[in-house]
Amino acid sequence: MGSSATREVVLILIVSALLIAGMPLLIGTYTLTVLVIYGMLGLSLGLIWGFGGILCFGQAAFFGLGAYTYAISAVNIGESTLPMILAVLVTAGFAALLGAMMFYGRLGDVYLGVITLVVTLILFKFMNSTAGPQYVIGDARLGGFNGIPGFQTLNVPGDPGAYIWGDSLYYVCAVALAVVFLLVSWLLRSSFGRIAVGIRENETRMALMGYDVAARKTVLFSIGAAIAGLSGALFANWAEIVTPTLFSLGQSAEIIIWCIVGGLGTRLGPILGAAGLAYLKFMLGQQSAIDNTLIMGLVLVLFVLFLPGGLVPAVASLWAAGGRLRRRPVRRMRRPRHG
Amino acid sequence: MDISFVILVEMLYAVASLVLISAGLAVVFGMMKVINLAHGEFMMMGGYATITAVGLGVNVFVAMLIIAPIVVGLIGLVVERLVIRHLYGRLIDTMLATWGLSLVFIGLATMIFGNTTTGISTPITGFAVGGYQVSGYNFFIIVVAVLLVIAMIAVLKGTRAGLIARGTMQRSDMAAALGYSPDRIYMATFFCGSALSGLAGAILAPLVGLVPSSGGAYIAEAFITVIAGGPSLIAGLVSSATTFGVVNQVFTFAISPVIGEVALLIAAVILLRAMPQGITSRFFRGRL
Amino acid sequence: MSLNRREFLGRTAALTGAAMLPTATLAADKIQLGSILDTSGIFDAYGKPMDQATRLAVAEINANGGLLGREVEIIDYDTQSDMALYSQYAQKLTRQDQVDVVHGGILSASREAIRQTMRKTQTLYFYNVQYEGGVCDRNMFATGVTPAQQVEVLVPYAMKKSGPRVHILAADYNYGQITARWIQKFVQDNGGEVVATDFFPLDVSDFGSTITKIQQTAPDLIVAPLVGGAHLSFFRQWAAAGMKDKIPLASTTLGVGNEHKVLTPEEGNGIMVAYNYSQELDTPENKAFKEKWQAAYGDTKAIHELAVSTYQGILLWAEGVKKAGSIDRDPVIEALETGIAIVGPAGNIAIDPQTHHVTLDVHIMEFEDQGMTVIETLNQVAPVDTQAVCNLQENPDDNTQYEIEI
Repeated sequence: MGSSATREVVLILIVSALLIAGMPLLIGTYTLTVLVIYGMLGLSLGLIWGFGGILCFGQAAFFGLGAYTYAISAVNIGESTLPMILAVLVTAGFAALLGAMMFYGRLGDVYLGVITLVVTLILFKFMNSTAGPQYVIGDARLGGFNGIPGFQTLNVPGDPGAYIWGDSLYYVCAVALAVVFLLVSWLLRSSFGRIAVGIRENETRMALMGYDVAARKTVLFSIGAAIAGLSGALFANWAEIVTPTLFSLGQSAEIIIWCIVGGLGTRLGPILGAAGLAYLKFMLGQQSAIDNTLIMGLVLVLFVLFLPGGLVPAVASLWAAGGRLRRRPVRRMRRPRHG
Repeated sequence: MDISFVILVEMLYAVASLVLISAGLAVVFGMMKVINLAHGEFMMMGGYATITAVGLGVNVFVAMLIIAPIVVGLIGLVVERLVIRHLYGRLIDTMLATWGLSLVFIGLATMIFGNTTTGISTPITGFAVGGYQVSGYNFFIIVVAVLLVIAMIAVLKGTRAGLIARGTMQRSDMAAALGYSPDRIYMATFFCGSALSGLAGAILAPLVGLVPSSGGAYIAEAFITVIAGGPSLIAGLVSSATTFGVVNQVFTFAISPVIGEVALLIAAVILLRAMPQGITSRFFRGRL
Repeated sequence: MSLNRREFLGRTAALTGAAMLPTATLAADKIQLGSILDTSGIFDAYGKPMDQATRLAVAEINANGGLLGREVEIIDYDTQSDMALYSQYAQKLTRQDQVDVVHGGILSASREAIRQTMRKTQTLYFYNVQYEGGVCDRNMFATGVTPAQQVEVLVPYAMKKSGPRVHILAADYNYGQITARWIQKFVQDNGGEVVATDFFPLDVSDFGSTITKIQQTAPDLIVAPLVGGAHLSFFRQWAAAGMKDKIPLASTTLGVGNEHKVLTPEEGNGIMVAYNYSQELDTPENKAFKEKWQAAYGDTKAIHELAVSTYQGILLWAEGVKKAGSIDRDPVIEALETGIAIVGPAGNIAIDPQTHHVTLDVHIMEFEDQGMTVIETLNQVAPVDTQAVCNLQENPDDNTQYEIEI
């Protein structure tokens, strides 16, 4: 395992360094930053759904929670380091509680979907109804539908005056994504990751082999949520405002669409799906011939019908077929499971 | 005395509207184990069908009770043939595909009708109970919901089609072995489910301002009601609609509409945690 | 697999296209006006007519020879009712396209999402929408009507027609909360009493329990700053319960999205409102405006107050440019601060130098057969709410949205 793992890490480092340096030549860094953030959000669901088999209809809840935690604590603290850490911890803690409630209750697929969906709705409705002056956390007014603008944005740790924004924010986000990607790769190679995939494939068998399925699912769920929380906090820094639409069902839907289009059961698929579709949406806003909702809907339907595995596995199998002709060794792709 | 009667009517109305909103989804889920996330948009199309028909001079009750269900049922039929049919047995994939369809329908409705709020006025006037005015239309909705439940029981218990449907619900492979094509049964079921969604959308249309994205307001509640109901089609629908409707209204009257909605959602979480397979997995077992 | 390859090629083409964008330099002799509005998604009922009004205003400026001898060109983006896209397009407009002025933003959240970007890049910004008031920013001009301007006029009129006990039903967000407080103030100033105030999030559409509650408080008048399609249900359900002729209604928002054309006469007639604009205004400017709109878009059904605000906002900016003799930000702001005024479709409208808001005419109207009939006109009402907290003459570096204490 040692040498192939090292080779993969080196490969990831080289490719991400090239991408981080090269992409700004193609797309403006401001837009690129949000694509990277969405990529991280896609990866968070890709991890728990693609490798853990947990379909969460409410990944947006963790995204929004991360963003709100950051915004509220940044208003109160006035420096960004602790709020960033809090955003990840609070989200992970919340997900651990929610996950424990669901997984120890042995809820099935659909029921899990309903509960995560309902939790997202509760957060959305709550945040939406906090416009009154009585909803204050420390110095931060929750602001209801209009959200919280004007909080302290990312700064060099220890120096609240040295803002990180524009190009620097892009590099911070991109490096964060690369680090998260490496951590996810490491996690999936570890025994924890392999057992998680085992649980996805056959929960009963893993339970009979003596693994505590509920505990492992809870931990995985909470790791995924932590990543979503981090992306939420970065998003808050990028947008410089947080609003309840972060919790909306539409946002949750988009994350699921990203994963499906990119390819489940791969690490790269959800990232590329997220960045690609978000960029498509951005480009579509510059035309007005066809309604954009219609296009996003059609993309989803067509992918489910004709390419349920997603783009990355399809491209990879094409690549592998080409590789076989060139007599290269073929790496077996993980196939996603269909509910 | 008057006020308690008015509150009772509001509660019955809340339960009745939950039954109406969820019926179409429940039929499709109960029979085919398919979750149709475009259900809200089917309701939205029912609303637009009604408004368009009324605009063309059709009597409002004909438009609501006949035209809208047929139009939406036919749309459902097309959807079933083109998309759903290919995805039977893949629960998650059907949810995703119907989610995509819901976006497509929103987009189409926007292109056809625009995003401007439309609507028709309520065809039944209110009347006084003691010192209070009550909406007559609320009674209409309660009556329709009761008739709907009775009709569903009658069809499932009393007709041959209902017998086949119940058989397919329990063991679709056995029904197939006996010569009833599941394909055609599913097609018919989806037609009925869509028609019910259209009916619900049409009946609620005079009470709300309709926009293409209106469906989103219903799907979550319908989804929760159906899932919490559990395996029995009608008993599940009625029992969970009653639970949620009452919880919602108690908190609405005691505190505010928002707390009422949040209470409904929290009740759903608690209920599903306590009874992971739905209400009818524990009570009313084996009923319809 | 062919589909797959096509997808890939399509995406590559898109990327290449984008790659060419930053290097392409646009002809420098045109004045660039950035427009950023929701022309699709759930807010497009507001955004589409605003977009049409923008085009109409710019076409008119160009037909009269442009500004400073240069043609005005629109660079517009559709934000699809998505707040995240506002931030992105604002960056694109200011950093990449480097436009000379930006008009746009609809919801307050969208304004706050882009306002700081405009300020940082020193791009002059016009927000042409009725809103809750209180934004104090030298870089921004707000040309819509604010709560005090409406409420100050509407509440005394409505109370005189009905009685002193008022029940407030407001949308539960910034605008509704602030407007509710102004209503309370003016009710008390006029010797009345607020018996209850209820707030509703924007997605609430079932008002059955509320209607019962109102009957318990038994007010003489209901003032309802409710917003959006879901809240329109209240007026439906109110009429369906047979309450409409028992307790009169007034609103500061109903009709902004042309809701009076959606409600039937039985549901709408008699509801009292106060706005800067109504299609039924009988002035030569309004007639001319409607004719131009008719010629450009076929029919005038879509015109609403926000569209007229946008139109007037662009004309105000054009006056500022003409007076400054320059397109640069600072001379234009100084020119506008001299209190520039125009006569638009809604009457005389003048920049208030102290707040960068506007002084305008407010008309009290009643719904009548899906139209708004003007009952009374109050000329040149000042934005007293924002004036109470904001003075850009004394404090030009201010950059706050004040919540007005009453």
